Amino acid sequence: MYLYDQYDQAMVDARVAEFRDQTRRRIEGTLSEEKFRPLRLQNGLYLQLHAYMLRVAVPYGTLSGAQMKMLGDIADKYDRGYGHFTTRQNIQYNWIKLEDTPDLLADLASVEMHAIQTSGNCIRNISSDQYAGAATDELIDPRPYAELLRQWSSFHPEFLALPRKFKICVIASETDRAAMRLHDIGIRIVKNDAGEIGCAFYVGGGMGRTPIIAPLVKEFVPLDQLITYSEACLRVYNRYGRRDNKYKARIKILVHELGLEEYRRQVEEEFAHLQTLAIEPPLAELERIKTYFADPAFETGLPDEIDLSNANFAKWVKANTAPHKAAGYAIATISLKALTRQEDGSVKAGIPGDATGEQIRVMADLAKRYSFDELRVTHTQNIVLPHVRKADLFALWQALVAAELATPNLDDVTDIIACPGLDYCTLANARSIPVAQKVAERMAPKAEEIGELKLKISGCINACGHHHAGHIGILGVDRKGVENYQLLLGGCEGADTSLASIVGPGFNEDGIVDAVEKATNFYLAQRQEGERFLDTYRRLGMAPFKEAIYG
Amino acid sequence: MADPQILLRDGPAATAPTVSLDAFAADTNATAVVIQPGEDARVLLAHLDRLALVEVTFPAFTDGRGFSTARILREAGYKGELRASGDIGVDMLTHLQRCGFDAIAPKDVLDADQIKTALATWPQVYQATVVDGRKPIWALRHGQ
Repeated sequence: MYLYDQYDQAMVDARVAEFRDQTRRRIEGTLSEEKFRPLRLQNGLYLQLHAYMLRVAVPYGTLSGAQMKMLGDIADKYDRGYGHFTTRQNIQYNWIKLEDTPDLLADLASVEMHAIQTSGNCIRNISSDQYAGAATDELIDPRPYAELLRQWSSFHPEFLALPRKFKICVIASETDRAAMRLHDIGIRIVKNDAGEIGCAFYVGGGMGRTPIIAPLVKEFVPLDQLITYSEACLRVYNRYGRRDNKYKARIKILVHELGLEEYRRQVEEEFAHLQTLAIEPPLAELERIKTYFADPAFETGLPDEIDLSNANFAKWVKANTAPHKAAGYAIATISLKALTRQEDGSVKAGIPGDATGEQIRVMADLAKRYSFDELRVTHTQNIVLPHVRKADLFALWQALVAAELATPNLDDVTDIIACPGLDYCTLANARSIPVAQKVAERMAPKAEEIGELKLKISGCINACGHHHAGHIGILGVDRKGVENYQLLLGGCEGADTSLASIVGPGFNEDGIVDAVEKATNFYLAQRQEGERFLDTYRRLGMAPFKEAIYG
Repeated sequence: MADPQILLRDGPAATAPTVSLDAFAADTNATAVVIQPGEDARVLLAHLDRLALVEVTFPAFTDGRGFSTARILREAGYKGELRASGDIGVDMLTHLQRCGFDAIAPKDVLDADQIKTALATWPQVYQATVVDGRKPIWALRHGQ
């Protein structure tokens, strides 16, 4: 894991001091709310329906046990005992007081964390593959490149008042676990014909009200030009991105309106110019960062077999673990989409992405004991322990059961992504969380039979719940003052990225749950050997599904 | 023309009267020009020698195009006064300085103590903007 040196620490400490001063000026009244707003946003502080919400950055989703523990302590000390893990691998707290925020940021800084640029019209936290450094299918660990970009993008003076927010994702495998092409810049680390490592740049993707899959802008950027090329992409956007309409201000609209060729040409021109200036860190800096991401000391000669005689444990292993590059190890995912059986036999679903302060501390402790002190946050709002000995999985599972964190539902229909929705968010048109809970509760009995089905819910057109990328997507809208839910099918955020299409007229809250059930029943009746829901949909197309749902 | 409240270099503020970018193209005697956010600073690159002052406007503090404008001019070797004017808050000062501005003319006068605090915010910097002359952290780390 990356560790701060004196410089990194000094920068974060400086930011805490700056924000403490800004907050003081705001409370005294010498700084207006209008002027304070972009400053607090660039420190992750939103004003929501009921209170301030603070979003804390988890760079490329990687955390140490000590950092995770601090996140749990913050939930208890400054919030009402909960943290909410987000679709950008961050965590947010929904009940924060403005006057507490500087102290909260100081607590974060004490464990090398911050809330810098987690909001606002600037370059946001860099996201990455949650299995980085552990996956069997990656070319190289993508996180050193993400860390290099984190430092470059932090307080970049030219790019702090962009037309709109800007999200960058870095991955290094063909299997895209991070929705890379749905980012403003998606970078895939690749190897060229000469065997050299470099970066493929996809620019202008995104969700929101105009979902676009990012096109490939440059096939191969050598590692010693990564920052320079990124700067060229950003400068063209800062100068020419639309500022007349915030709904058309993302870079995807610029790329679309200029045309890919023209955008590429302008970037190349700027790139050629910037290469004449000494703005690129030396490769030695990348090498320095890389040393922090060296493999932990994996043991050799470990048993590869797992005793699956406990049926509930076997279920969890099957659903929530993935192959690891080191023999004898597994990647374990802790689901934050709890399903709890009630005394009457019914199932109660938790809030997607939520964990209590105590649960967060339990996960921190388990990371220390079983995963080389490392955790990851996933864009699907779960937590990963990346390096667990297979021999330890049973003990880990037992500890998770005790903490109500052992729901075996990874990537099934109850592992739902949902935005905070109208329960918290000022932008939302409809509630997301109760719909996610109702869908999960209805579908739980059949979830195992259905298998992989990624269901994603957004409470408004801004698409924080990634509904465009759901095998099943649900979009909450406002219809004459009443919450209404549209059903979408066929989206996918993986390597075969696709955008979901709206099926037909919307539903009320109960109707959308029925519609999901009808769609999945139709799939179960129609599926061929080995087909996931998405595969059956792609084979049959929309029409028969539509008929099954509305017929 | 907005007089600067803050000078980030030695010497007096430039006094040449500014003209618009359009007028500048037509008037070969002009030595000072104002650039609006939507205008392309690169049209000035052929005339940098005769310029004593470029004023870059920030009609709204949320519009960051002027930051790119400034760097482009400095990257091309512009040595004269580079003045930011308009809706400028104290929290923008270090970023303006890092992009090459050496004179600041805020619409609303800024508090002297706050200016001092703001300018001392960052012990080091992560990026090489080149135009501010500061060594980035990566250069310090590798003894460059």
